[in-house]
Amino acid sequence: MSVQDDAIAKGYDSTLMRRLLQYLRPYWLWVIVAFIAIVGGSLADLAQPWLTAKAIDDHIAVNDLEGLWRLGRWFLLILITSFVFEYIQTSVMQMVGQKILHTVRRDVFTHLQRLDVKFYDRNPVGRLMTRVTTDVDALNDMFSSGVVTVFGDLIMLFGIMAIMVAMDWRLALVAFSVLPFIAWATAWFRRNVRENYRQVRGLVAKLNAFLQEHLTGMGTVQLFSQQARSYRQFEAINREHRDVNIQSIFYYALFYPIIEVLAALSGALIILAGGWWALEDQVSIGVLVAFLQYSRRFFQPISDLSEKFNILQAAMAASERIFGLLDTPVEMPTSAASSDRRVDGPGRIEFDRVWFAYKDDEFVLRDVSFVAEPGQRIGIVGATGSGKTTIISLLLRFYDVTQGRILVDGIDVREWPLEQLRMRFGLVLQDVHLFSGTISSNIRLGREDITDEAVREAAKAVHADRFVDRLPQGYDTPVAERGATLSVGQKQLLSFARALAFDPAVLVLDEATSSIDTETEGLIQDALHTLMAGRTVFAIAHRLSTIQDMDRILVVHKGQIRESGTHQELLALGGIYFKLWEVRPLIAPTSSDPSPAAAP
Amino acid sequence: MWRALQRLWPYVTSARHAMLAGVLWIVLATAISLTAPLILKYVIDDLLAGATRATLALAAAALLGLAIADGVCRYWMRQRLIGASRAIEYALRNDFFAHLQRLPLSYYQANRIGDLMSRASSDLGAVRLMVGPAVMYFGSTALGFVIAVALMVSIDPWLTLLALIPLPLVSIATHVFGKAIHEKFDRIQAQLSELSAVVQESLAGVRVVRAYRQEPFELSRFGAANDEYVHRNRSLIRLQSAFYPSLSFFFGLSGLVVLWFGGSGVINGRITLGDFAAFSRYLVLLSWPLIAFGWVINIVQRGIASWQRMLEVMDTVPAITDAEADPAALAGRVVGRLEVRHLSFTYPGATQQVLTDISFSASPGQTVAIVGATGSGKSTLLQLVPRLHDPPPGTVFLDGVDIRRVPLERLRRAMGVVPQEPFLFSDTVAHNIAFSRDGDPPKDAVAAAASAAGLDADVSGFGHGFDTMVGERGITLSGGQKQRAAIARALLVDPKVLILDDALSAVDTTTEDAILRRLRDVRETRTCLLVAHRISTVRDADLILVLDGGRVIERGTHTSLVAQGGVYASMDRRQRLEQELAAS
Ligand SMILES: Nc1ncnc2c1ncn2[C@@H]1O[C@H](COP(=O)(O)OP(=O)(O)O)[C@@H](O)[C@H]1O
Ligand SMILES: Nc1ncnc2c1ncn2[C@@H]1O[C@H](COP(=O)(O)OP(=O)(O)O)[C@@H](O)[C@H]1O
Ligand SMILES: [Mg+2]
Ligand SMILES: [Mg+2]
Repeated sequence: MSVQDDAIAKGYDSTLMRRLLQYLRPYWLWVIVAFIAIVGGSLADLAQPWLTAKAIDDHIAVNDLEGLWRLGRWFLLILITSFVFEYIQTSVMQMVGQKILHTVRRDVFTHLQRLDVKFYDRNPVGRLMTRVTTDVDALNDMFSSGVVTVFGDLIMLFGIMAIMVAMDWRLALVAFSVLPFIAWATAWFRRNVRENYRQVRGLVAKLNAFLQEHLTGMGTVQLFSQQARSYRQFEAINREHRDVNIQSIFYYALFYPIIEVLAALSGALIILAGGWWALEDQVSIGVLVAFLQYSRRFFQPISDLSEKFNILQAAMAASERIFGLLDTPVEMPTSAASSDRRVDGPGRIEFDRVWFAYKDDEFVLRDVSFVAEPGQRIGIVGATGSGKTTIISLLLRFYDVTQGRILVDGIDVREWPLEQLRMRFGLVLQDVHLFSGTISSNIRLGREDITDEAVREAAKAVHADRFVDRLPQGYDTPVAERGATLSVGQKQLLSFARALAFDPAVLVLDEATSSIDTETEGLIQDALHTLMAGRTVFAIAHRLSTIQDMDRILVVHKGQIRESGTHQELLALGGIYFKLWEVRPLIAPTSSDPSPAAAP
Repeated sequence: MWRALQRLWPYVTSARHAMLAGVLWIVLATAISLTAPLILKYVIDDLLAGATRATLALAAAALLGLAIADGVCRYWMRQRLIGASRAIEYALRNDFFAHLQRLPLSYYQANRIGDLMSRASSDLGAVRLMVGPAVMYFGSTALGFVIAVALMVSIDPWLTLLALIPLPLVSIATHVFGKAIHEKFDRIQAQLSELSAVVQESLAGVRVVRAYRQEPFELSRFGAANDEYVHRNRSLIRLQSAFYPSLSFFFGLSGLVVLWFGGSGVINGRITLGDFAAFSRYLVLLSWPLIAFGWVINIVQRGIASWQRMLEVMDTVPAITDAEADPAALAGRVVGRLEVRHLSFTYPGATQQVLTDISFSASPGQTVAIVGATGSGKSTLLQLVPRLHDPPPGTVFLDGVDIRRVPLERLRRAMGVVPQEPFLFSDTVAHNIAFSRDGDPPKDAVAAAASAAGLDADVSGFGHGFDTMVGERGITLSGGQKQRAAIARALLVDPKVLILDDALSAVDTTTEDAILRRLRDVRETRTCLLVAHRISTVRDADLILVLDGGRVIERGTHTSLVAQGGVYASMDRRQRLEQELAAS
């Protein structure tokens, strides 16, 4: 169900097109205006050679200077009309296009905000970014230059054909005789260019991915002196990109001249046949000149059409990907039915025989059951990969359980409105995510109701104030991209302050202090004691010392809760926890040596 | 601007053969395509004067022949010129990337990756349009213009003059509009990158957004950026939609002039009807060059702006270079004796000094541990040794040589560094561990390094062992696994100096212990610099530095520091107390 990059549309797909046109619907009035402008503009364009023909036959040939002047005024009028129509057409269509893109972009982003975390596991951010930016731009090209002017081109084409037939149908047939060849050449061109375009797209994506990764990891490349190697890799992709592009030149270089030659052929035939008939006085010279002009204009829309076909094709491929994303079902819709549930429960949490697998039946959690009473502080320990983070992810309903249920204040998390469920939690993750903005906007996030005072207090509680106060603009100091100018520990302190500022009923900490020095960590824990009094706390830690004074400790091993109890009870049990504890003296051989014998 | 173009010149001359050939084909093609109307003129005059079928056939054949010749020329023109532009693009992209590789870490901290990306892709694309298609269109345009005007003059100089009167308006319009369009376009690009940044940030932090229910806020942030983007686009649209129609309008005026004055010329007998037809044809031919001219001007304006943006990067002098390096420095075996003398450091562009007067030294087999509060400058100190940031001259020495005098590559190859936030590439586990080795990863060495870093058990659990892909297209490693992979990567270098920045913070206790024991062997022959928070990790170091606010406030061995009764001693007391409390 992941959103693929390499979906290539067949060029024109009626269901896709219909869906795209849906977006046009609110602007139907404008579309009609633009349509009229296109028709009007095309007619005005068509009228110019016709007027020239008239001028030659009716006025110049019969020495009618007066008539020529009059006709000239018509010509001027038509020029002005054509200007007005063209202006209306392009501006209206592009404006409408922008509005539609605005909507598409908003729809995509809104949908992305509703999709669950699971979706993001499968779809790298880079790829999703392409949906919102590059793909939407491909649609933009279609709206602003492609589809709509295709109508103009078609009208032009058929208009010219009609006029030619009306002027002299025999000569018209002569002029049209090259059309089958044009159709054939265009089909050949399309086929080859499409395949080539797919390759180019793939290589551009590869180049961008490589660049993105190596710019982000440039420090590592430099540390290990691997510049030469990554340059070589980059150069190889770059070369392939160049070669595929050069190959595509061939098709373009051949196609355009072929169309030109066919146009000339048509012109030559007109001269031959038309001249013949002119000699026999069956065709006037004015008609002949007009025909030659029309046949020129007749080929212009054809080569335009093939150019636009490329744009259309790119847009189709892009919209296929965009709609694919929009059609990804939201697996955790907020259930509107239970939205009147009260928000302030005491914070009792129960896992009831929970099983969970990220993929198929590779169970990461097996039959996990426990209860956290309101106000209890629960520690979770276990080896890396044992499933600690997964427990927390299920609690916040990032994923839904495979079997069993999770109750928050007696209600299954699946019945809680997501928004209200998550409002009860404050989460601190090991990997800190900072947003662009200032220090204080990173603590407060979007909650305007958190005052500056509250921001400061939260920062103070986790001792982040010590470094914030030394920053040039204090809490208003801008945060660099990804917080690059802060130390890792400082970033963790900020995310800690964020959780406190939100004043949650349940605080969830996932190895939240791993990069913070022990002194500060101790101070934070003291602060938590006071701040979190009466609230439920879940703390994952890989260092036993940080959780030993918890009310209860859960020991997770290979997805199961193998032991549970207070620190003392667990030591007395002599099981996994005891073994985890036992290794400590090996690291600190001369400390107080809490050997098994020393344990009660 | 001239200076910028001068910088582009070498790239253009590198493809000079193709460029010259391309221009030659343009000349030929243009000359040929402009003779076609002449034939038209003779046909019409002939018809009026009583032509024969033979001359008609001749004219038709000539028309067709010319078109074929023209097509051949245009085929080669496109091949040569567009091909050259691709070659230039290729060279530029290579050089751009090569330069980026020379820029130090601080550059990447000060600039947005997304911004650099857009310079390497869309700006480069604009430059290519300038050196390829723009040259092509400009060539045929300028030539076509000159020849067409010459031929028109040969038919009727006065009529030509009259017909050309509206045309300067075209150029003026192109210039005025082009400038405004260009400015608007820049503003749109800036807003686009803003919009992308909002999306990027919101998607990358999806867990935080969900957990803190920031969806509505993110939507409103996005909405504002989206609105602004559309707003900026609209002002461009208003301009652009007036621009192109006004060009056609001016051409139309020329057509009108020709109709009036040319027509009366025919009536007066000044020119023939054939002249008139050919003249109209030329005017049509002229209209394309002039429209293309406006277009070319836009491409060139955009291309120059883009090229200047690329130059901003390419002209950034790398702050950390081999400029002061002595090629002979440490050319032989590196021992690994590290010395830091009175080192003070301020981040470039920052006001606050981060490190103040740090001194210590370490020989192979010795470990220097650094402890201290969050933000006290530990990572900064460690980053100065491999010159990720440059220390002031005469402060950091390897084997007695100022590291600024050691060629960068030699210096860094002597070191194995585990950063506090390790970065892994989306490649296999083996390739990541053997990142320091070019070519296929040596299996045994990779396995040995992985086992020393305590990663072996994890790896055997991955689907394809060491060949499992890491990152976006493979498995997601936990924080601890990432750290251990980074340790293995550093060990595989077989470094003289091992630098561990809080490298075990996300590893559980059992694993940490095991790794520390294995590392102890590694450390016996190497100089080791390590940052840690736990006393247990640092207690057997030969020298412990306690940093606070960038200064060393205490130094000594574990025993001497405990005896000293300062900050370190209280840290130790505190951590011991915790354990005792728990164990009692
Ligand atoms: N998003 C995910 N998709 C698939 N597997 C995952 C995902 N996150 C974690 N896992 C796997 O689930 C197991 C438990 O992971 P986790 O809960 O993160 O462990 P812990 O937090 O205890 O280190 C690991 O084997 C890990 O590889
Ligand atoms: N690239 C940078 N530019 C400016 N200041 C920085 C940069 N990196 C870190 N700092 C600042 O320098 C100080 C020391 O940071 P660091 O060495 O990372 O601390 P730690 O001891 O936690 O590793 C911090 O106050 C941090 O904000
Ligand atoms: Mg975890
Ligand atoms: Mg640090």
